[in-house]
Amino acid sequence: MEILAQRQRQVFRKGNDSFDIACERRSLSGSVSQRACVFCGSRVVLYPIADALHLIHGPAGCAVYTWDIRGSLSSGPQLHRLSFSTDLREKEIIYGGENKLYGSLCELIGEYSPKAAFVYSTCIVGIIGDDVEAVCKRVSRETGIQVVPVHSEGFKGTKKDGYRAACEAIFKLTGTAPVQVAGKYSVNLLGEFNLAGESWIVREYFRKIGVEVTAVMTGDGRVDDIRRAHGAGLNLVQCSGSMSYLAQMMREKFSIPFIKVSYFGIEDMAEALYSTAAFFKDDPSIMSRARELVRDEVNRIYPAIRRYRRALEGKKAAIYVGGAFKAFSLIKALRHLGMKTALVGSQTGSREDYRLLKEVCDEGTVIVDDSNPLELSSFIVEKGVDLFIGGVKERPIAYKLGVGFCDHNHERKVPLAGFEGMLNFSAEVYSSVMSPVWEFAPRNAKRVHNGA
Amino acid sequence: MLLRHTAKEIADREALVVNPAKTCQPIGAMYASLGIHKCFPHSHGSQGCCAYHRSALSRHYKEPVIAGTSSFTEGSSVFGGQANLLEAINNIFTIYDPEVIAVHTTCLSETIGDDVPQIVNKAREEGKVPKGKYVIHVNTPSYVGSHITGFSGMVKSMVAYFAENSGKKQKQVNIIPGFVEPSDMRELKRICSEMGIKTVVFPDTSGVLDSPQTGRYQLYPKGGVTVKTLKTIGDSMGTIALGQLASGPAAKALDAKCKVKYEILGLPIGLNATDRFIDALRKMAGVSVPESIDEERGQLIDILTDMHQYFFNKKVALFGDPDHLVSLVEFLSDIGMKPVHIVTGTPGAKFETRVREILKDKVPDVNVRAAGDVFLLHQWIKNAPVDLLIGNTYGKYIARDEDIPFLRMGFPVFDRIGHSYFPTLGYKGAMRLAERILNAFLDRQDRDAPEESFELVM
Repeated sequence: MEILAQRQRQVFRKGNDSFDIACERRSLSGSVSQRACVFCGSRVVLYPIADALHLIHGPAGCAVYTWDIRGSLSSGPQLHRLSFSTDLREKEIIYGGENKLYGSLCELIGEYSPKAAFVYSTCIVGIIGDDVEAVCKRVSRETGIQVVPVHSEGFKGTKKDGYRAACEAIFKLTGTAPVQVAGKYSVNLLGEFNLAGESWIVREYFRKIGVEVTAVMTGDGRVDDIRRAHGAGLNLVQCSGSMSYLAQMMREKFSIPFIKVSYFGIEDMAEALYSTAAFFKDDPSIMSRARELVRDEVNRIYPAIRRYRRALEGKKAAIYVGGAFKAFSLIKALRHLGMKTALVGSQTGSREDYRLLKEVCDEGTVIVDDSNPLELSSFIVEKGVDLFIGGVKERPIAYKLGVGFCDHNHERKVPLAGFEGMLNFSAEVYSSVMSPVWEFAPRNAKRVHNGA
Repeated sequence: MLLRHTAKEIADREALVVNPAKTCQPIGAMYASLGIHKCFPHSHGSQGCCAYHRSALSRHYKEPVIAGTSSFTEGSSVFGGQANLLEAINNIFTIYDPEVIAVHTTCLSETIGDDVPQIVNKAREEGKVPKGKYVIHVNTPSYVGSHITGFSGMVKSMVAYFAENSGKKQKQVNIIPGFVEPSDMRELKRICSEMGIKTVVFPDTSGVLDSPQTGRYQLYPKGGVTVKTLKTIGDSMGTIALGQLASGPAAKALDAKCKVKYEILGLPIGLNATDRFIDALRKMAGVSVPESIDEERGQLIDILTDMHQYFFNKKVALFGDPDHLVSLVEFLSDIGMKPVHIVTGTPGAKFETRVREILKDKVPDVNVRAAGDVFLLHQWIKNAPVDLLIGNTYGKYIARDEDIPFLRMGFPVFDRIGHSYFPTLGYKGAMRLAERILNAFLDRQDRDAPEESFELVM
């Protein structure tokens, strides 16, 4: 198939010797990209902080498209699930939106008494030049509620820059409350968003091995926990794209080291527990508890996984996700199910990510950066893929091709993290791939007609 | 305590929108563009806008949605987006080979003042627009109007760019369907063909966003009105525009440009609105109404009489888009229900007047608000409870909080499947609507019935 000439270096097939994928580039104008903007990046990272007020400064659209779209669950407050917008109109575009912002903030803080407030700047705010910072300061002063501006003007980079802006906003909170030491061994979970309750699973593992979780950033997040996060001994960074920057800043300012982890799949979850235990090595019981937990959990889930594997052995998968880090875990998880990864790609992977991806992939696997539906679909057809793992824009493409689908993005409805998550993931893959409806799909129609 | 953040006391809010009942113009323009065959919508702005619109449309229609973006950067926001749009036009024609690129702007490109027609002319001069291909555009600043305004604007642009007057009248009627489901556009075509009338429906997303499974990813599915057909709308006998806001402006523009007489009607939701539609069609095309349509009408009346006792005096709260609401309010009131709280997010004072006019005898003290939000609707419901809520997916929070039956209708519906395949327009659509309303009531009655009064026959 035809690939845009300028995109050719963003597509790579393992087996070609010279590996030189071009990534971290601005999307080509006019190319159909699955990527989003700075605002989107900030919004998805901060959104799960449930007792904060999230006010979107801009026209209503940006607030509508991010209204409760992420299944980040909260065990308590639900304030984050409402949609607050300054709904800028023509008048403010001309005369500025600062007054409206000020009024909205005061009104909302009066009504909801949030623990803190985030104000997201959208494209238009960057152009009309509202001094959001000054308004936030003023409201903080007048109400006593910390109001944090998020510099998320859509055009000022990519989704990744939005993660960075979110990290900066969170960093303004960390260290603003006294440390409460409960246990000697404590961690923060960074880049864990509690989709479908995943943080709860992971937290429970850490509790069992004797490690306290100080703050989850940001799943089921609470402002006060984040304020105390500098008391933790270690930062565990998942979804490296979104929160490495915060981890770096916390290392510099509070001397908290960090390690990169993933909670998806058996190996990566186990590895996350082991490396945490290894870090707190002055208490060897943590390691022994971790080993015990992993052993118990693997024994618990493995018989079921073997059953799924029997059905799925030899099937092929395509993976297209936001950050490349998740792709590693998925490839490994699919191997447990006997499935091969025929295509893997991400919206925002780095050179290093892709180099690592190449290492874990099989020969012939196609690796793509910032891809589009046309490319994705033609590779899926070419490779005869049985399962597509992606997000909201990928789902209908899979279905149109008559291919099973698993949402590993915002719309996942069952937790996929941890050992339990591996079981859920297997069940979800199984129930989509093995559904008899694919027998009606044109790609299988011939087989059906032949009665084979 | 799920989402119980709505205070009963209503305070005037000047500055703030809580839980919007609208979204921004560009998504409406994108949806309209998809109703032209082989059209590639293009968002002249940041990448995020396009990604959000495609996601929202995909979530609602459960179909892949194609669109490009100018991918603005900090540089483009300072120096203007000309270079990006030129590059985009070139890339799109080279790789995606559409018949038409339909450009819509965003708040960003509007505010920095990009002149799209001028940029397109430059692209043409530089040979970036292949011969026989088109680039059309509409200005859709997100801070004005709503998604309905954007839809309406793009439809009007179709007239501005394509309508021609060949001097030879064609025996066909234009139908501008409004911001409705592909299933509704399909239903309008069915009704017309049943009546033996040749029609041009534009835009027409049927066959684009309700397409069958083909086993292939098609950039341009079969459906959509072709450019060739669009060029004939200036020669049609007349235009029927369904919906003041979404379709009215295009009909007027066509009359001004090519002298095609028009009639602007409400969306044919329910018996009376469909009657007016059928009647206008009949007169415009000079045909008589066939028995098959009469039969559908008779069936609708029959089913409504079967159901009437369940509907009578039931109070309803509604939110959504103005054209839908106006017709829906009339239908509900026609079948004995009382629409008591009505909110649209789309600005426009006429909406309130029209709803009050429809309900002046039946619900004289109706709460109605244009440029309102879902939060306000919820407050009204708290103060004066209702028996049924009708609105898009976002209504589910209210329905749960207040424990009231809920009918999903409008845009967007993210959490159910089928709306793009089953119409709510026309007599058949009204039958389905009535069925769904009744089911909502009866399911609730079954759920709540004490054992001794739980009945088989209802």
